[in-house]
Amino acid sequence: MKKLKKSTVNNIISFGIVIIAFIICQSMIASGAMKRSLRGQMVPICVYIVMAISLNLVVGISGELSLGHAGFMSIGAFSGIIAATWLNAVFSIESELLQLILAMVIGGVFAGIAGVLIGIPVLRLRGDYLAIVTLAFGEIIRNVLNCLYFSLDGKRLHVSFNNPNIPGTVLVNGPAGATVANKIATFPVGFALIIFTLIVVMNLINSRSGRAIMATRDNRIAAEAMGINVTKYKMMAFVTAAVLAGMAGALYGLNFSTVAASKFKFDTSILVLVFVVLGGIGNIWGSIIAAALLTVLPELLRTFADYRMLVYAIVLILVMLVTNNPMLRSLFSQLARRRGREAQTQVGGADE
Amino acid sequence: MTQTQGKKRLLDTRMVPAPSQGIIPERDLLSTPVLEARHLGIEFGGLKAVEDFNLIIGKTEIAGLIGPNGAGKTTVFNLLTKVYQPTMGTVLLNGKDTAGMNTVQANKLGIARTFQNIRLFDNMTVEDNVRIGLHNQVKYGMFTGIMRLPGYWKGERRQHEKALELLSIFDMQDLAGVRAGSLPYGAQRRLEIVRALATNPSLLLLDEPAAGMNPHETEELMHNIIKIRDQFKIAVMLIEHDMNLVMGICEGICVLNYGRIIAKGTADEIQANPTVIEAYLGKKKEG
Repeated sequence: MKKLKKSTVNNIISFGIVIIAFIICQSMIASGAMKRSLRGQMVPICVYIVMAISLNLVVGISGELSLGHAGFMSIGAFSGIIAATWLNAVFSIESELLQLILAMVIGGVFAGIAGVLIGIPVLRLRGDYLAIVTLAFGEIIRNVLNCLYFSLDGKRLHVSFNNPNIPGTVLVNGPAGATVANKIATFPVGFALIIFTLIVVMNLINSRSGRAIMATRDNRIAAEAMGINVTKYKMMAFVTAAVLAGMAGALYGLNFSTVAASKFKFDTSILVLVFVVLGGIGNIWGSIIAAALLTVLPELLRTFADYRMLVYAIVLILVMLVTNNPMLRSLFSQLARRRGREAQTQVGGADE
Repeated sequence: MTQTQGKKRLLDTRMVPAPSQGIIPERDLLSTPVLEARHLGIEFGGLKAVEDFNLIIGKTEIAGLIGPNGAGKTTVFNLLTKVYQPTMGTVLLNGKDTAGMNTVQANKLGIARTFQNIRLFDNMTVEDNVRIGLHNQVKYGMFTGIMRLPGYWKGERRQHEKALELLSIFDMQDLAGVRAGSLPYGAQRRLEIVRALATNPSLLLLDEPAAGMNPHETEELMHNIIKIRDQFKIAVMLIEHDMNLVMGICEGICVLNYGRIIAKGTADEIQANPTVIEAYLGKKKEG
């Protein structure tokens, strides 16, 4: 019982920190204290945090390497944009919030379907096949989206492949990308998506299914001998991550006036992977911090002009060195242990 | 207490008369045998690792599988648990043919095992290791877990209670919150047995359960294996090099050499068998 309470206490503290960070940002935006360029970054930061958390579910918790996370994001973005416009035209939903939420749900569903289609053949295999297949998937999706044309003619949705001549207003215009009628993505919704993602991932990890997922990661043979269906639980983690990435993608898409498929390149997948690795593989809170800082960093490094990406790379290397420094590591672990002991004594006190 | 005294005491604690020709103890004769292997064998690219393996294990029997190094004992375990698919013969578990099944399905049919080289989930706590064993015993869905529905709390509480109950067999309930990887070697072996028991098996396969244990721990383990058998009414089959343990608690012993069974019988029969002595010690020179 003690252990359960301790983890709950820690989770409440961590959620509290996220909420406080949100309130600070929101009040800075309201009072105009935040720079314009940074304000524009708020929704992408939320999106990348969600991307990092969901990729960490695959890489850190289920122990499979996925190199095509941006692919799910792009599916979510494009289906979300189309869904938002279509819903507006057909059901004339006025509320922007409802439009956005429905678009995110639809984006998540489509990305989830893609996840299932990839997962079924690949996750049955042993070894690093997922990395290869997701790498290819990301590239294939990007190329397919480059050739897709969608248009809305009244209430009818037209699709064509490689043929720009379709009736009605064009929604997705091949390589030029999707046009967004109104940018309905907002920072509070992005924050809500982060909280939603956190709840889903944390609750999943601390449940029967989550333990099964981690068991398949730690020792596949032992997990099978315990009657755990390895493919099922790897699928569970992979598809959950795909759905969350799709939702984040929909939010991302509806934050800009145009979104081209070239935004979801291999680089984007690797960028998200960098967040996960820097934040610590399997460490959800680390992913959040890394995603937030590294999304803002290029903006803050503007003063370096042409040398911006060089400095960015140097910062990445320095962070790697610092977090792997044995002295600092032992210091951190000592701090964590002290905090753990305090929490335990507190709980012990409460029990008496 | 010397070792021979300990062994004698254990022989006295055995509740049933030792079986002789039939291998299966008399008390199990009327019920379906828990395991029946018929002409079981596997080839690895022409190399016959195990061949013509025939064995019947009674419902509450403690059976031993011994043999020199490389005789194919662990391969037999891997065949029975479907880690390898046999290239010859059949395995019946509780009377059901296991042809075409995988490890997960075999486990659900009631076969659980431990490993020669310990395979615990090192980074998880002792309790979580047992909870993973309880995976198919206390169930609730993924959605229930994420939404924290009442089923989640109920399932978690039941898992917690059952895990502690199982750990108490080996007096390990106080270690529930400890990281499994940081346990001493003997305790890790015991935890593996608890984890296997948590899957509610009817046949428990123990691969060298006493390896790395001191004589005192081994003796305790012997008591505990008998206790587990009596309490859960299950069959136990074990591979072991510690002859005190094997001869002390196994009702039927099967000796394997070069992938073939060379002898079957009770402890006394095996000890007197010239083929077994030859397999372990080599042939006496003529003249």
